Amino acid sequence: MLKYTEDHEWLRAEGDEIVVGITRHASEQLGDVVFVELPEEGREVEAGEEIVVIESVKAASDIVAPVSGTVTAVNAALADAPGGVNDDPMAAWFFRIRPADGVSLDGFMDEAAYNELIG
Amino acid sequence: MEDLRRTPLHDLHASLGAKMVPFAGWDMPVQYPMGVLNEHLHTRAAAGLFDVSHMGQVILRGENAARALETLVPADIEGLSPGRQRYGLFTNEQGGILDDLMIASKTGAGGDHLFLVVNAACADQDIEHLRKLEALGISVEPVTDRALLALQGPGAETALAALVPGGAGMRFMDVADLDWEGTTLWVSRSGYTGEDGFEISVPAARAEDLARALLAQDGVAPIGLGARDSLRLEAGLPLYGHDMSADVTPAQAGLGWSIQKVRRTGGAREGGFPGADRILPELGAATRTRRGLRPTGRAPIREGVALFDAAEGGNEIGTVTSGGFGPSLGGPMAMAIIPAEIPDGATVHAELRGRRIPVTVVPTPFVKPTYKR
Repeated sequence: MLKYTEDHEWLRAEGDEIVVGITRHASEQLGDVVFVELPEEGREVEAGEEIVVIESVKAASDIVAPVSGTVTAVNAALADAPGGVNDDPMAAWFFRIRPADGVSLDGFMDEAAYNELIG
Repeated sequence: MEDLRRTPLHDLHASLGAKMVPFAGWDMPVQYPMGVLNEHLHTRAAAGLFDVSHMGQVILRGENAARALETLVPADIEGLSPGRQRYGLFTNEQGGILDDLMIASKTGAGGDHLFLVVNAACADQDIEHLRKLEALGISVEPVTDRALLALQGPGAETALAALVPGGAGMRFMDVADLDWEGTTLWVSRSGYTGEDGFEISVPAARAEDLARALLAQDGVAPIGLGARDSLRLEAGLPLYGHDMSADVTPAQAGLGWSIQKVRRTGGAREGGFPGADRILPELGAATRTRRGLRPTGRAPIREGVALFDAAEGGNEIGTVTSGGFGPSLGGPMAMAIIPAEIPDGATVHAELRGRRIPVTVVPTPFVKPTYKR
């Protein structure tokens, strides 16, 4: 089941990892994405740390690590085809993270709560 | 929050699903559902219709209006033939640029006059500035009852000619009054995209009808201010308040070409405009000039990003004045005012998020214009 953050990320638990992308609402707000800078695989990150840069035709934005842990994989295809973030944001994952404290998405919003957030 | 002004096309923008933003005190469409990237590409491939009604339209009338305007603008306006348009600058006593503008020489029903189009953000200040010409017997008439549309792109001529056949016979920088169903349009063959196209001044009451008639033509789509900015940047066209300002001279802004020979040192009407003593000697001799930049990789470098002459340490040589992603270019591009001694092809370094990115200094435009000369 997908969960959501207040930073408009979607989170999906897979084994001992969490897969992270941004929501359609976020991609629409950003506008056409033209550049994505991904973190190094293996990087240790803190919750809230800005680890992805997204540049749209309008402005630069960041994606933060939803939890503390280790970046285990990044979606390198986005570097070459950043428009995927707009075309299919639910498929355009940015990175996988192995949480330091184990996988738990209990503290994040479900779809109903997220939809309420974005009105 | 201040009340935003609305153009005569405001309802049309809403019905087309535009995303509106405040711009220079106006509520303007930044994009339509097509999105900035596709709007940009559509304009270069077919035709885009832009609402630029926020820009200031002003008429100057009177004996010797051209000579009078030359006291504020360092362009050859006396030499501008009726039916032609020219780019110019308002300068200040320090040699800086107060605004840039288009100047058309027109004859016709209202008698000989000059028709000016100035930037929205500067319009009030420009009109105050122009009122200095009243002492020379010139009347300054802000045009407040007309909208301004821009129709740009390779399909612009066909689309306009379907409604107004006379548009097709115009060439780049021509102006003409053309009849459309009993309404007089003030048309110029110019724009701000690097494409062939037209700007069309239309009475406010007929603006939406005209816009809808143009949008009904094959290939014409509404385009917002977002794509207007990336189009003009690819075409190497500077934007007032960003690539030039009251602190930047014409030579520094790379706009010395807008000062014709007759107004330069040794010319028949040399000087006689604000800041001439600073501006004229600097032509061809500026120590800093506006240049094009191509960053390595895909990351855009935007306005305010600092530029250095070395990958580490070194000296700051300027900041980006405009920058973004060029959809037709397929990569990032920027402009900056940097030391003139740095040659085209040289590498400088942009500091982005704490890292320095190599950037190549290049001539502008980034994308070759297709004006119909």
